[in-house]
Amino acid sequence: MNTKTIVKKAFLKSLPVMAAYVILGMGFGILMDDKGYAPVWSIACSVLIFAGSMQYVTVDLLVTAVSPVHAAVMTLMVNARHLFYGISMIGKYKNMGKLKPYLIFGLTDETYSLLCDDRDYPSERKKAELYCFLVTLFDHSYWVLGTVLGAVIGTVMEFNSEGIDFSMTALFVTVFVEQWLTSKEQRSSLTGIGAAVICLVIFGESNFLIPTMLLITLLLSLSYRKRGGLDE
Amino acid sequence: MNEMHSVILIAVIAAVTMILRFLPFLIFSGKREAPKYVMFLGDKLPYAIIGMLIIYCLRSVSFGAVSGWLPSFLSIIVVAALHVWKRNTLLSIIGGTFVYMFLVQAVFV
Repeated sequence: MNTKTIVKKAFLKSLPVMAAYVILGMGFGILMDDKGYAPVWSIACSVLIFAGSMQYVTVDLLVTAVSPVHAAVMTLMVNARHLFYGISMIGKYKNMGKLKPYLIFGLTDETYSLLCDDRDYPSERKKAELYCFLVTLFDHSYWVLGTVLGAVIGTVMEFNSEGIDFSMTALFVTVFVEQWLTSKEQRSSLTGIGAAVICLVIFGESNFLIPTMLLITLLLSLSYRKRGGLDE
Repeated sequence: MNEMHSVILIAVIAAVTMILRFLPFLIFSGKREAPKYVMFLGDKLPYAIIGMLIIYCLRSVSFGAVSGWLPSFLSIIVVAALHVWKRNTLLSIIGGTFVYMFLVQAVFV
């Protein structure tokens, strides 16, 4: 397989993510512009953070000017799942060379979903690395491109954007429904909703996330113990 | 907007995100396998966290007046229905956001 074939293979593989990232990136760009952040801010976020859901949450954190500790804890909770993507990629990325840090940096939900099956990597090590690098780079580019478009559209066009924040809620509801329909983890989904509602009522809207996260971990740990530590 | 504060927040968020992505490779490189309990949490957390994030988005909903909660709830039903029907993430998000913007701008003003 020559380099040109690998580029083509990686590009075709990344296509499904293109539309999603361009549109979601645009939403982020428009949202940031709406809150008074010039394009350079949203673009910097998309280049440096490169985490979809978290960047939508970031808009909120910036606007309410929370403390750095609050921002760190929030990031920890929203992105904790990346720990587990990492765990499942350790073996597949074990023999990667100098591009490995970028592969790990760009391991978003979508990139993970494209690369978690190593059966369709090119068989040669160097080529597999190039392939993974390109898929990650294409995804990253779509995300930044969408953000640029959104930021520019937001700056050029004046429109009543009241309510556009709902795109974040809509994103999470879509993921929720998708998970509900395609997995057997409805109990975990409900645990998240239930724990959050209980903690929201008890601790109020500005302090409920940390207790919620603790409660979720506690409830999941209890169900782990109840099963005697064995999953399925 | 305090620019310095925003720079700090973005740096913190980027750094924590990167640490989370790199940590497993640093800890469990080579022969050390991740413990079963960690793998179990890894299986379940993504589902619970999304549920939590939906409630996070709805944290400011108030049940005092109809306009405080009905637009969100109607729009969520639209997103969920669209998604069950077409299974197209973009359509669900754009459709639901459009409905929400219409409701708060034109109906529940």
